[in-house]
Amino acid sequence: MPPKATLSGVHFMNGDEAIAEGAIAAGCRFFAAYPITPQSEISERLSWRLPRVGGTFIQMEDEIAAMAAVVGGAWAGVKSMTATSGPGFSLMMENLGLAIMTETPCVVANVQRGAPSTGLPTAVGQGDMMQARWGSHGHYEIIALVPSSPQEAFDLTVRAFALSERFRVPVLLMTDEVVGHMYERVEIPNDVPVAPRRRPTVPPGEFVPFKPGPDLVPPMACAGEGYRVHVTGLTHDERGYPDMSDETHDRLVRRLVEKILRYRSEITFYEEIGLQDAEVAVVSYGISARVAYRALALARQKGIRAGMLRLITAWPFPDERVRALADQVKGIVTVELNLGQMSREVERASQGRVPLSGVFHAGGRIHTPEEVLAGIEEVARAG
Amino acid sequence: MQVKAKPVPEIIPGAQHPMEKFLRTERIPHIWCAGCGLGTVLGNFLYALDELAWDPDSVAVVAGIGCTARIPGYVRLDTYHTTHGRAIPFATGLKLANPKLHVVVISGDGDLFAIGGNHLIHAARRNMDLTVICVNNFNYGMTGGQSGPTTPLDGKTTTTPFGNFEHSFNLVHLAASAGASYVARWTTLDGRRLQRGFMEALSHKGFTFVEVISPCPTNYGRRNKIGDGLDELRYYADHAAIRHGADPKETEFVPGKPFLVGKFVELDKPTYHEMYAAKVAEMTGGKK
Repeated sequence: MPPKATLSGVHFMNGDEAIAEGAIAAGCRFFAAYPITPQSEISERLSWRLPRVGGTFIQMEDEIAAMAAVVGGAWAGVKSMTATSGPGFSLMMENLGLAIMTETPCVVANVQRGAPSTGLPTAVGQGDMMQARWGSHGHYEIIALVPSSPQEAFDLTVRAFALSERFRVPVLLMTDEVVGHMYERVEIPNDVPVAPRRRPTVPPGEFVPFKPGPDLVPPMACAGEGYRVHVTGLTHDERGYPDMSDETHDRLVRRLVEKILRYRSEITFYEEIGLQDAEVAVVSYGISARVAYRALALARQKGIRAGMLRLITAWPFPDERVRALADQVKGIVTVELNLGQMSREVERASQGRVPLSGVFHAGGRIHTPEEVLAGIEEVARAG
Repeated sequence: MQVKAKPVPEIIPGAQHPMEKFLRTERIPHIWCAGCGLGTVLGNFLYALDELAWDPDSVAVVAGIGCTARIPGYVRLDTYHTTHGRAIPFATGLKLANPKLHVVVISGDGDLFAIGGNHLIHAARRNMDLTVICVNNFNYGMTGGQSGPTTPLDGKTTTTPFGNFEHSFNLVHLAASAGASYVARWTTLDGRRLQRGFMEALSHKGFTFVEVISPCPTNYGRRNKIGDGLDELRYYADHAAIRHGADPKETEFVPGKPFLVGKFVELDKPTYHEMYAAKVAEMTGGKK
């Protein structure tokens, strides 16, 4: 009997390793990547784990190739993934767009570091959040998850694969260098459900490859299954054939957007901490939320009722929850390791109903709880 | 002066292309210009597949972007029209995730050797089990006839209006140097040899490469006074010489001079898959 693939049990591992184990538990059996700090532990672990569980690891010649190979792997019927950091994420944008247009389920982990450009290769950043949303060309919707701990890195990797299969869309795992490199307890369950691929229910000949089901997602026929599907990054009709008409283009792009937005309540997760009686709300995610958590306690000690909306899904953004929060609190403080990216979403969603502030740092280190506290106090005073 | 158009030959009712079973006939007519060599490449590729008699569902055809990259769209198999230059890494993923597939890449010289050059040399180095068919028309046809890495010296294109002054790649030499286990070159004049070459490349294990020199009368031919598609085929007849086993270094294509076609490399060496499987077996003590 082959060894059990999932490493069930309690482990002491870092966020990168947890992502690798999450991938294996979720059924990922093809991983292609190019070396880049600080995701090395993901690739390195999968290079020795995957061959033992019947999977394939390949180190490609660059991140463009890695992303292309992942899209190819998915079309061969295998759950596929890559991991990178900012510079490589930029190179992946082209084929991320291909994956969106061809409705290819796959997962991309970005262990964010200080940027722009080569920036701070070994130090933390959260500056790729808007690139995750809009980095490839054209109008689209995408799903991005933001883990705050190694345990959540594992859990969200599993969830990323499930969401990618359900919606036939690439799912981004937007972690950061500190979560990637911090070691904590990670509990891997005995049974991790492997999300099924949405298969055709009719034989070849009757199958229309890009004809959506009632939930706007078409079933997927992969290479070698007898369906003889044509897949193109060009605008295509329901048969998958290129069609250069504006009607087909508008219909296709609207469906690709709508298939995500219609189900955002099932995609957009967040954690509410002390929001029930809060007068000041913090919005944060990833490692920054861990620091902000401490600042909430410091604020409460000073008599400020602070709470936090911790994003678990960054994209689609929880517009409605933030809008409701704006009607409840005296001010919202966004805490992130960039100079204001998700804060723009807070601003958009809160529609001017409440004073806003941000505790920003360009990256290289995490915030101190005192810096976050100062931001909370400032908003509390202004309110 | 009024020019009288030549009569268009009538389509014979009920007549079928002999390879119709492999064609997405609902997509015909194709987009290619009169005199283009791509129909010849497509036809001979299908004849090769037919003669190999593989299970059609075991064959996947992958392309990048360009005129040649439209070939898979007319083939009734699992076909993938990917991004510019990325057909080879996409095909690599497809092949690695399902090694039972026969994966063929068909794309142009600009797609495979300019924007996709890095992927080509690395797939060749790995001896990845792929067949790459590169149709070389010496320019970017789809975008209107710009210069590319194969444009000969002094070649006129829309971006080299005074004549090209960049040195060009010899695709045969490059593929061979990078580690391809099978390298051949033919022209679209050599129908039968083209078919034979495709069959050999498809059957040979590892990274196999066939360059097909092909006319682009609308763009390259017209600007360089080669004439129409037929004139370019005459040029091939007058200048191409078959020399199997020639040193790839000696296969340079220089306009106005004789050039070599044939099978230049045929090596038996372990593929990426064989190397990977051997390593896994070694690691797990022979147990799978």
